[in-house]
Amino acid sequence: MTTDTTQSEDILAIAAEWRAAGEQVAIATVVETWGSSPRPAGSRLAVTASGRLMGSVSGGCIEGAVADAAKQALATGRPQLLDFGVSDERAWEVGLSCGGKVKVFVEPLT
Amino acid sequence: MKADTLARLQAERAAQRPVVLLTRLSDGAQHLWPQEALPGALAEAARDALGSEKAATVMLDGEAWFIHPHNPPLRIIVVGAVHIAQAMAPMAAPLGFELIVVDPRRAFATAERLPGVSLNTDWPDEAMAALRPDARSAVVTLTHDPKLDDPALDAALRSPAFYIGALGSRRTHAKRVARLRELGHGDDAIARIHAPVGLDIGAVTAPEIALSVMAEIVAARRGAALGAPRPAPTEGRISIGISA
Repeated sequence: MTTDTTQSEDILAIAAEWRAAGEQVAIATVVETWGSSPRPAGSRLAVTASGRLMGSVSGGCIEGAVADAAKQALATGRPQLLDFGVSDERAWEVGLSCGGKVKVFVEPLT
Repeated sequence: MKADTLARLQAERAAQRPVVLLTRLSDGAQHLWPQEALPGALAEAARDALGSEKAATVMLDGEAWFIHPHNPPLRIIVVGAVHIAQAMAPMAAPLGFELIVVDPRRAFATAERLPGVSLNTDWPDEAMAALRPDARSAVVTLTHDPKLDDPALDAALRSPAFYIGALGSRRTHAKRVARLRELGHGDDAIARIHAPVGLDIGAVTAPEIALSVMAEIVAARRGAALGAPRPAPTEGRISIGISA
């Protein structure tokens, strides 16, 4: 059991476990925040192509959109840097209602 | 992330070695520090991140890097394998702490009572000498027995532990303070002890007391005002507090 400063639930261990079980896995990480974003930089979400989710990158506002991007990253094999914030129309769509902004890095586990 | 990078990162964390994951956001290239030799600016950013325990994106030579530190878990050393320690055990790991329970009374310190917790059945003075509490350690005494609590507090006060808590009423604590003064501890040292231990949430049951202690440790760790030590009792101001 180890920890980092932002979360102790070991999302990396879960990602490794899922991959070992034959799943296609992507990892999303909060890499930058502004304002009142709910989860600090370093927060992680593991996503599988089959739709499993563990962890969080927000209070639940953007996880759906991040999961979609993660599946895309799995399909293309390329990482993506996602921007969510009040100035971003997409954020209104997915409902980042806290008024904060976050950048999320999504990468396939290869 | 490459599966190999993930495996190496997890191996370092399992071995409780500090490790930093550096990710170049333009293309996802990754490094582990200090396990890999890195150019000065990257290594310096990684070292700073371990020190501040904060993950952040930094610009280096026109490239955005995400610097993500992974420090070994903070430790809570509990003296007394009592009911409150049992209630603290399942809270510790999700909050990011490794729990170590010290109790030479083998009837208490059993794996059955504390599954998955690392147990030390040495006398507290020997146990503390071996465990060497550091600035990432909290020490909590729960036995009510001065023969067990005092040597642990004595050692804790000589260490840089970020939190020291002692179970017992204000009356019990006043007597304890007198004994610790005899061991040579001055006001500043004694002021480091949180007693009665835990935030005042009116805790009655063992899980409630465990919650109040864990909350106070988290407050101390995060630098919240609630986690600051309170004034030590003086002989003239003895009042009876929670006698949990």
